[in-house]
Amino acid sequence: MSVRRIGKAEKWSGRVILTGLVAFTLLPFAGMLSAALQEPGSAPTGMSFSFPLHLENFVTAFQVARLPELMWSSVLLVVMVVPASLVLSLLAAYGLEVLRVPGRAIALGVLLLGLTIPFEGLIWPLYYMMRNWGLHNTQIAIALPLIALYLPFGVLWMRAHFQGVPKELDEAAALDGAGSWRALRLIHAPLAKPALSTLTVLFSLWTWNQFIIALVMMDDPLKRTVAGALGAFQGEHGTDIVLLSAGALLIMAPTIVVFLLFQKQFVAALLQGSVKG
Amino acid sequence: MTAVTRGSAGAVELAPPAGGAGRDARRPRGPRRRWLAWGYVAPAMALYAVLVLGPFGLSVQYSFFDWNGIGTAVWVGLENYVEVFADPSRLNALLNAFKLIFFYSVLSVALGLLAATLTRSLESRWSRAAQTILFLPQVVPLVGAGIAWSWLYATDGAVNQALRAVGLGALARPWLADFTWALPAIGLVGTWVLIGFCTMLFSAGMSKIDPALYDAASVDGAGAVRTFFAVTLPGLRNEVAVAVTVTLISALKSFDVVYVMTLGGPGRATMVPGVDVYQLTFNQARVGAGSAMGVVLMVLVLLVVIPIQRVVRGRS
Repeated sequence: MSVRRIGKAEKWSGRVILTGLVAFTLLPFAGMLSAALQEPGSAPTGMSFSFPLHLENFVTAFQVARLPELMWSSVLLVVMVVPASLVLSLLAAYGLEVLRVPGRAIALGVLLLGLTIPFEGLIWPLYYMMRNWGLHNTQIAIALPLIALYLPFGVLWMRAHFQGVPKELDEAAALDGAGSWRALRLIHAPLAKPALSTLTVLFSLWTWNQFIIALVMMDDPLKRTVAGALGAFQGEHGTDIVLLSAGALLIMAPTIVVFLLFQKQFVAALLQGSVKG
Repeated sequence: MTAVTRGSAGAVELAPPAGGAGRDARRPRGPRRRWLAWGYVAPAMALYAVLVLGPFGLSVQYSFFDWNGIGTAVWVGLENYVEVFADPSRLNALLNAFKLIFFYSVLSVALGLLAATLTRSLESRWSRAAQTILFLPQVVPLVGAGIAWSWLYATDGAVNQALRAVGLGALARPWLADFTWALPAIGLVGTWVLIGFCTMLFSAGMSKIDPALYDAASVDGAGAVRTFFAVTLPGLRNEVAVAVTVTLISALKSFDVVYVMTLGGPGRATMVPGVDVYQLTFNQARVGAGSAMGVVLMVLVLLVVIPIQRVVRGRS
């Protein structure tokens, strides 16, 4: 009802603002695209699209950036990190919130603290540790810290989910003589699916885009995350703006495609993640 | 639901003959059972303790030493902390983090509120597509954003090109090499990353505000501005608190964008705590000083987050 009463002027100003914001958001991408299509090896100028469009830059960048290898390494890292973090978060939150382990308040407080610890402050001890364990320059040295760093968020996220589950459900299961493991497997895990899938989106995205840990733990840029590889690509080809732009666009392209395919899930996950986290 | 019924069907035979005592024994709420439940919690907590709490403790410990990371560490007490606040170049990193708050938090939240308010009435395919696009910066790696913006700010980049095109060529400069403008230039990237997020968060929040409140406001003859302050803003209390928390934390913890765009330069004009920690520990072999900066950064984040969380929790 209120919508109908809104004036034409307001509607138009809304459209103008929205268009302006979209233009602002797309500006950096347009800038990169413009540079990526200019003459290879040249010093490109600002925003200009003139024929011929040098699409071959993308072929060169594809080979130079060794895109398949790089993507594979990021996929591998996501596979190493995300399922493990999900399972650990689910189990811990189940123990804390549903089974109410003794000392849960302390455990929760300690986890809350973890939400505010900046990665940068942990990176040196972690680096040292991984080197002592002989894991430096292996992907495990990236995966292990990431799993641990995601746990505070993951556990508190799953706990928020369990808080919303009716207590009666669990009491019914208890009376039926279902052990806690069976209750988790048959009742709680299926109910937790939406919360877990949101967490999957967030953890995958965070891993894919993780920069500092990948930078420190792995010297070989091809075995880092996408963000780590991008950083290295810039370090190596920072002076060749044309190649850099084409390469950066290619490296980011899969993320953008996946986002567009699953935009609803992504937007919902990121919004919820911020509100509950 | 099928799982529940299947479970009870199996248990029915067992439950009745067991009687009161048997039922008690089977209840999972007994103290022993509750201790056993630590089996679920322990793996996560153990990993967390070893890889987060342990390193954090070590970091705190290092912060009291002068250590190059290889040789012997020398106890220096609070010296590293004194340096963070007394050495102007160190303190500068902290101040820059606070300056970034203007771009990351104030600008994004204010513009997000404006955009969400003005687009409230828009219901079209275009507005939905637009909202998806606004979310893009949340998804692409910040490193990529840094690379793209560096190019816009370059001597031959689009920003200078646009200035020359409108006759303001005198203002053109390599923005990221400029002592005055490099930090605002980086700050604007933060705005770019967060503005779409804020807009979407507020739009989602506004759709939960009772439309009757807007109708009442318009019946009362309230203009757009009064409606905003009387209806929209109070209704978005929680969302604004969330947005402020998220954006403040990203301002204080900023690393990727600065690392890629300027590495803290020119000079230390854009140095922020995160990059300083990295530089001190990995490039200057001053593990103690870097650790102290890391601890200070964490305390800062806590100081900012706790009051805001209090406000949110207290009200809702």
